[in-house]
Amino acid sequence: MSSFPVELQGVSTRFGKQWIHKGIDLAVPAGEVVALVGGSGSGKTTLLRQMVGLLTPAEGEVRVFGEPLFSGSHQAQLARRRRFGMLFQQGALFSAFTVFDNIAFPLREFGVRDEGLLRDLVLLKMAMVELAPDVALRMPAELSGGMVKRVALARALALEPELLLLDEPTAGLDPDLSAAFVALIRSLHQALGLTVILVTHDLDTLAALATRVAVLAAGRILAFGPLDEIMNVQDPFIDRFFHSARSQAALARGHGAG
Amino acid sequence: MTQSTRPLPAIRIDAGGDGTEVVLSGDWTLHLLCPLPPDIQRQFALIPSGAGWSLAAVSRLDSFGALLLWRRWGRQRPLRLELPEALAPVLARAEALPADALPVEPGYRFLDGTAQLGRGLHAVAHHVLGFVALVGHILISFGGLLRNHDRWPLREISANFYKVGVRAMPVTALVGFLIGVVMSYLSALQLRAFGADTFIVNILGLGIIRELGPVLVSVLVAGRSGSAMTAQLGVMRVTEEIDALTAMGISRHVRLVLPKVVALTLAMPLLTLWGSAVAILGGMVSAKLQLDLSFDFFLNALPRAVPAANLVIGLTKGAVFGLLIALVACYFGLRVRPNTESLSANTTASVVASITVVILVDAVFAIATRSVGLPYR
Repeated sequence: MSSFPVELQGVSTRFGKQWIHKGIDLAVPAGEVVALVGGSGSGKTTLLRQMVGLLTPAEGEVRVFGEPLFSGSHQAQLARRRRFGMLFQQGALFSAFTVFDNIAFPLREFGVRDEGLLRDLVLLKMAMVELAPDVALRMPAELSGGMVKRVALARALALEPELLLLDEPTAGLDPDLSAAFVALIRSLHQALGLTVILVTHDLDTLAALATRVAVLAAGRILAFGPLDEIMNVQDPFIDRFFHSARSQAALARGHGAG
Repeated sequence: MTQSTRPLPAIRIDAGGDGTEVVLSGDWTLHLLCPLPPDIQRQFALIPSGAGWSLAAVSRLDSFGALLLWRRWGRQRPLRLELPEALAPVLARAEALPADALPVEPGYRFLDGTAQLGRGLHAVAHHVLGFVALVGHILISFGGLLRNHDRWPLREISANFYKVGVRAMPVTALVGFLIGVVMSYLSALQLRAFGADTFIVNILGLGIIRELGPVLVSVLVAGRSGSAMTAQLGVMRVTEEIDALTAMGISRHVRLVLPKVVALTLAMPLLTLWGSAVAILGGMVSAKLQLDLSFDFFLNALPRAVPAANLVIGLTKGAVFGLLIALVACYFGLRVRPNTESLSANTTASVVASITVVILVDAVFAIATRSVGLPYR
């Protein structure tokens, strides 16, 4: 397995006349939980969407599992795509499908034909994200915010990905639920040996989950390393972001949980 | 490194002295096991029950692989199992699964048909009640607006009028012109056989102004503007914009429904007039080419052949159809629930229902006005 599931080389992004990123270099080591943090509008989610190929950078290259994202035959690209899962901010569940069908969808597309096996697989994924079997027939509109995230996570995990991308995994959840969700992601990370990249605003989540932090500001990666190292970097943005009274309290809580 | 360089899953059956031993090796993962390689499938079938299993050489096992084995074992651990420490948690998760705990969707039973029929009838009653309620809401907001002149949503009405009226003119003209040409051409063939060429004016004038114009334009508008109204209101429901309006204390009926209804009611007679005029123009062009009937003659004969009452009937129909299409479209738009299936179902229902209602009401008009505006009786 490539030691760097995701590598960004000189990635620059432009929206209209505005440059969002200017030459971003980042290599995410396998097995780590990397948090992308940065101010509002600094292009964190944009970077995440570029990693999965929903957006293409104006310049530079995104390499996934050691190869450029859009290289090789259609089959090769599809196989590469099936090695990572993404959790969208709003869940992005298919609203016309039940919970069961939402989780079964990628498996059916992959070619699992045996219905018995499929039912067991979906049940296993639901157990992994701590969902009771009786929600299987509900529609996404009938689920609470926390459950939508869990179902979306189960769907992202359906194809046994090696890389998991999370866009604001705890946004919109109350503190209790978000702590439970963070614990869930951490236990899955430990159990499955995933590489996780997450975008977050929430310092609690950051402190409890991330083994490494990448700080995005002014269009480039300001610092990349373990949280303790980042805290010692002298920079006005990092100072504001990590050293305010609120941030300190949140980080202390997060460390307590971790 | 790519997926292809991972060790492929393999299976070996050793018939040793103390019973059969099944030795697995390689990666037992979803990406390599689905679809199940025929080799492994064949070997699986050969394994006798009571065989010992060794997973010591398995380099990777994911939950798919674990489930596959678990199901092969008939949901219990084989008596002799060699399991490396690292793979134990994966297998434990598969083992913890209760068999068939997922709720099953009930199948179709005999009485379900009856229940479905009942539900259908209930739904019809529900629609009728809901529609009446919507009309009531609109009348109440209308009454409120009569007392509060400065509250009229004039900008919305004008914007809707432009969208459903002015923007619909090109397509109405195109379809109207072609229908006029076709009708005129077909009638001309028949009339010439009887030497009754000049009656084409009566056929076209009466047919288009009184009947075809309003209905044709209604069908076009129902497909074009009615569906757009339903979809717009539906998406506003899905994105909670309508709830946001309600939370601000702004009536959805005044702001969203009333402008659409008023605009379409005002726009439809004008569109009908426009569509009928272009259709008659098409008929005139075709009559000129087919029967050599001059435009002058056609225009002079038209008022004599078609009494003015027909124009009134046609335009009234237009207004009534417009009112109904907008009401039906808004009714279905407000019924959308927040999922994509409901949005498409309600948009479809809106177009089908409005066209059906238009044709039903047209029949009512035909009966009610059977003694008005017909020259020869």
